[in-house]
Amino acid sequence: MELIFAKSREGRRGSSLPKADVPERNAIPKNIKRKNPAGMPEVTEQDVMRHFTLLSRKNMGVDTNFYPLGSCTMKYNPKFHERIATLPGFADLHPLLPQLRHGGALTQGALAVIYEAQTILSHLLGFADFTMQPLAGAHGELTGVMLIAAYHKARKDSQRKVMLIPDAAHGTNPASAAVAGLSTQEIMTDSEGNVDLEDLKRHLGPNVAGLMLTCPSTLGLFDKHVKEVCDLVHQAGGLTYCDGANLNAIIGRVRPGDLGFDVMHVNLHKTFSTPHGAGGPGSGPVGVAECLVPYLPVSRIRKREDGTYALEYTYSDSIGYIAPFYGNFAIILRAYAYMLTLGSEGFKRVSENAVLSANYMRKKLAPYFDQKCDRTCMHECVFSATRQVAKGVHALDIAKALIDRGYHPPTIYFPLIVPEALMIEPTETESKETLDAFIDAMIDIAKMTDVNPEEILKCPVTTPVRRMDETRAARNPMLADVG
Amino acid sequence: MPYIANTDADRQEMLKTIGCSSFEEMWKLAQVNAPAPSLSDLPHGLSEYEVVNRLKKLAGKNASQLVNFLGAGYYDHLIPAAVSEVTSRSEFYTAYTPYQPEASQGTLQAIYEYQSVICRLTAMPVANASLYDGGTALFEAMMMAVRITKRRQAVISEAVSPIFRKMIQCYSGNLDIELIEVPAGVDDSAQTALLKAVTDQTACVIVQYPNVFGTIEDWSAFVDKIHAGKALAICSTYPIALALLKPPGEMNFDIVTGEGQSMGIPLSFGGPYLGFMAVQEKHMRKMPGRICGRTVDLEGRDGFVLTLQTREQHIRRENAMSNICSNESLCAISALVYLCCMGKQGLIDVAELCAAKAVFAREQLLAIKGVEPVGGEAFFNEFVVRLPGDAAEIVGKMIDKGFAPGFPLGRYYSDRKDQLLVAVTEKRTREEIKALANALEAVLWN
Repeated sequence: MELIFAKSREGRRGSSLPKADVPERNAIPKNIKRKNPAGMPEVTEQDVMRHFTLLSRKNMGVDTNFYPLGSCTMKYNPKFHERIATLPGFADLHPLLPQLRHGGALTQGALAVIYEAQTILSHLLGFADFTMQPLAGAHGELTGVMLIAAYHKARKDSQRKVMLIPDAAHGTNPASAAVAGLSTQEIMTDSEGNVDLEDLKRHLGPNVAGLMLTCPSTLGLFDKHVKEVCDLVHQAGGLTYCDGANLNAIIGRVRPGDLGFDVMHVNLHKTFSTPHGAGGPGSGPVGVAECLVPYLPVSRIRKREDGTYALEYTYSDSIGYIAPFYGNFAIILRAYAYMLTLGSEGFKRVSENAVLSANYMRKKLAPYFDQKCDRTCMHECVFSATRQVAKGVHALDIAKALIDRGYHPPTIYFPLIVPEALMIEPTETESKETLDAFIDAMIDIAKMTDVNPEEILKCPVTTPVRRMDETRAARNPMLADVG
Repeated sequence: MPYIANTDADRQEMLKTIGCSSFEEMWKLAQVNAPAPSLSDLPHGLSEYEVVNRLKKLAGKNASQLVNFLGAGYYDHLIPAAVSEVTSRSEFYTAYTPYQPEASQGTLQAIYEYQSVICRLTAMPVANASLYDGGTALFEAMMMAVRITKRRQAVISEAVSPIFRKMIQCYSGNLDIELIEVPAGVDDSAQTALLKAVTDQTACVIVQYPNVFGTIEDWSAFVDKIHAGKALAICSTYPIALALLKPPGEMNFDIVTGEGQSMGIPLSFGGPYLGFMAVQEKHMRKMPGRICGRTVDLEGRDGFVLTLQTREQHIRRENAMSNICSNESLCAISALVYLCCMGKQGLIDVAELCAAKAVFAREQLLAIKGVEPVGGEAFFNEFVVRLPGDAAEIVGKMIDKGFAPGFPLGRYYSDRKDQLLVAVTEKRTREEIKALANALEAVLWN
């Protein structure tokens, strides 16, 4: 489809503005005036709507297709959340208003939302306190690692510069540790999908700042040694970080704080049903045990005895400002609405049903696809396309064949320790009929791989474009149409 | 209601399929051996109607109706309805990162167009698909300069947003980076002082244009001098201002970043916002964040993919250019739709309205006894005035009269306690500006 710039015709307008009611002049010196207008397209509002509506139809989303993208928890996004975020009392609220009148008197409603959301998260996950400021999951990881570093620094234990990270971890874990100024060492996963305890012990020592562990793991498995892992790290003087990407598997059933984790991030756009927005905005609140509370970022919200809320900045040990303000507020707001809807009874039902659906899928597909670890899984099941590779069909090909059958593919080639990985996360909001139809599609692909693999390799054929030349994109980058 | 699809009958059948008689047995087989927590501290679940009512009540407790002259990097601009209509398309907002290009051409083309409008606005050749906000974008730019120059010192002007500087200080706390903050003079942007701070160890010099006090100036000669020392020049900017201002690309900045909230994104009490970043072509492969590129499919049809991914965390892990994964895609689409609706002339018109109203507002305020100008006469839509008293206290009195009259700079600059930073957008009317001046005069002298 042609770019919006191709629709541009000189003189066409797509917006109306108030007439000038003051003299037309400005305070911009001649030497810094823009000579050539910025080349924005000249289009009507209708052109804009048609262009982007047509573009939107070239996407799969949760509202159009089953989207079992592993580790991303593509659950349904309730619609009234979107409406709430547009209420003028929230949408039009300037973030600096709290600084205009002492203690946030002008924004009590917004502060209540943040405070109550962080209080619910603390109860739900077993932590002493939460900061809602991190702007995405990886930003939460960075915040968490910075808190761990600040803890060691305050204890004059600054030689602790190594973060231990299992080989199954998301790439963001080692990247976040590096951005926070730590080095990383990899810990092996054992044959059952747990942290290899012997390998962990070999790495523990006086230079270890901590361990980052995804719980349940990226293999979709619950590590039965998780408490022991936390204990070992603590005994060696390190702290334990829980990557909450897979929280949907245990929400309401297990509190990571109870397992011995000192700090954890939560992806509101996964477990708490806020939309993924075609790649963001997300939100990555971070919970901490008592020992890390002094280092939490500022500002912090305190509830006064009279029930009002105050924003406070004076914490001498705080790591400082990790976000410009209080987090991705409009995302926190949606997640808060979800928390209120679910209430004390709802969360456990989420994890039960998410885990049940993944195991149902696992059981039904096990005869057709290999598994690295053949055991009851959590909220996602990980297969390996090794059997299909023998016929020349790779995980990527299976993904493309699924697109032709009307499904967004699962996560592929992750975790890295599973060759030809297919990571399927159905979520609790999808019905058994949807799972059955997807299972049939997977079986159909497996069978076709046996008899006619070439058909699979051609996929997709039903999409607006077929397989893309990614090598060409990287070798000869065309990254913008600058006019 | 936890939005669960399956009925009890479905669940029983599925449990049977997996060989379990109950959820407890399922948890046991999954090796979840911890006892289930009591969640009795949590409230009971509510219906949609009840939740909406509760949140409407909370929304009503916020002073969002004040007549707004508050900016400081976050502005109250008009947003055409078409912006939220597009981003409300659930094909966009319920999708995730476009890992599968054949199923994500809508997102990918929109991001490619977004990168294109950012390049056109800044006069830079390459932009990424977005970062979290203006502050994180500026930190990423600094780290990019550190990678490129292999130097560890960053010189930053105190006329850069104090919020951004606090964020950069926080992120640099545990890194081997020397941050040199150069005081902003009262009347000048301190180009000379910044140049004096540069050494042969300087990776980059970071400035803001317009700066936090609203002042605008030509950085061209300055950037040349920075380049002579083999350091990089980084500029944080305000996109709406660029409709009228010489773009940073024409001043040869190496990296241009900014807060994109002003382009069709609601203020929403601090987020989600949009960090944008554009760089010179030679730095492209050191840029953080997702990048969308144009290519062809196997039948030669044009299409788009995520590209240059070997820079990123999912491949490079601890050696990646950044840890960013989810970015602010939907906000980038908002910015794109906003710029398309405004169009070439509309964007200029918006900026001219802002600039003219700011000149008018400044005159009105300076006509009040005891209100004095601070800083130069060159500004876009934001300026500083000196008040005859503590600005924060005066602001408090103005709030009682229904105005958010600006930002008291003493909150961040201890030597500016009597200064007020005033922003004027196209939304403010002549009447509102006059009412602001009248109210201020009354507060000061009645």
